[in-house]
Amino acid sequence: MAFNYEKYIRPGKLPHIWCPGCGHGIVMKGLIRAIDKCALNKNRTAVISGIGCASRLPGYVDFNTVHTAHGRAAAFATGMKMADPGLTVLCVGGDGDGVAIGGNHFIHACRRNIDITYILMNNHIYGMTGGQFSPCTPTDGFASTTPYGNPDPVFDIAKLAIGAGATFVARTTAYHATQIDKLIIEGIQHKGFSVIEILDCCPTSYGRRNKYRSVVEMMKQHKELAVPVTAAAKMAPEDLAGKIITGVLHKEDKPEYCEQYSRLIEKVQEQAAAKG
Amino acid sequence: MGIPKIEINEKYCKGCSICVEFCPTQVLQMNGFVAQVVKPEACIKCMQCELRCPDFAIRVFPE
Repeated sequence: MAFNYEKYIRPGKLPHIWCPGCGHGIVMKGLIRAIDKCALNKNRTAVISGIGCASRLPGYVDFNTVHTAHGRAAAFATGMKMADPGLTVLCVGGDGDGVAIGGNHFIHACRRNIDITYILMNNHIYGMTGGQFSPCTPTDGFASTTPYGNPDPVFDIAKLAIGAGATFVARTTAYHATQIDKLIIEGIQHKGFSVIEILDCCPTSYGRRNKYRSVVEMMKQHKELAVPVTAAAKMAPEDLAGKIITGVLHKEDKPEYCEQYSRLIEKVQEQAAAKG
Repeated sequence: MGIPKIEINEKYCKGCSICVEFCPTQVLQMNGFVAQVVKPEACIKCMQCELRCPDFAIRVFPE
């Protein structure tokens, strides 16, 4: 049965501003399906973003939404979650917003293990501001600020999140549309900081400069490069070079920040009461 | 198992052709900058066009 997205879209907001073929629309649909399957209350769900193409997403969805400063989605989300731990808080954003300009907020949200789901749409470029290279632009890739090819190595967002202490880390691509909602559901249900990296395609700022004829060619490349995490475990490391490992990459249970904080408050109150 | 109803919202379709290229049975075709249903009887109701349409333009009703 066709899914009815209209229930979760603000009236009159479609069609969205994203370019033809941009993967952000596919991710937004996945996010809406995931929230629907989790049966979350619209008024008890918050979607927070920074600045960028991907960060336009909260403008379309009918939840409590905040469009914040560049890279600061995780900081605002932390504040909201601390003020009301019962709220389901989701962050959305792109690679430039999340791990470059907001890199510091991102790693510290991972370290605190606060119960937020961060959906990071990695399109390898700063799309909105004119196609500048981001830390996720592939080495030798072309951007408006790397006209001779990008000399920098690429940030591995999943490894960064695991290293910084996130307790649920997953990766998929916009081609694997059914996996998007599955991973977001797992992320929402996980108690702790969840990072879901979704590789999507920017045909306008990245594709054109890197000799991709169409967005379909970019998506086909993601399809060919994707290796499920179970298959990757059986492969030699040299065979995995350049591949995209998809699925749940890391999951562990660690104390959640809001709970730890409320315990601290109780402890201090007890100590104060004992002193009289 | 009847023929499914495939709705394309032409106001939303931006003509990226993702649905046309990834349809396993070539049900859809581009008509200028808008996708068009040409072979609804070949549809296997995999719903991939609906899932991958970034513009909320396709809905498949498997009737």
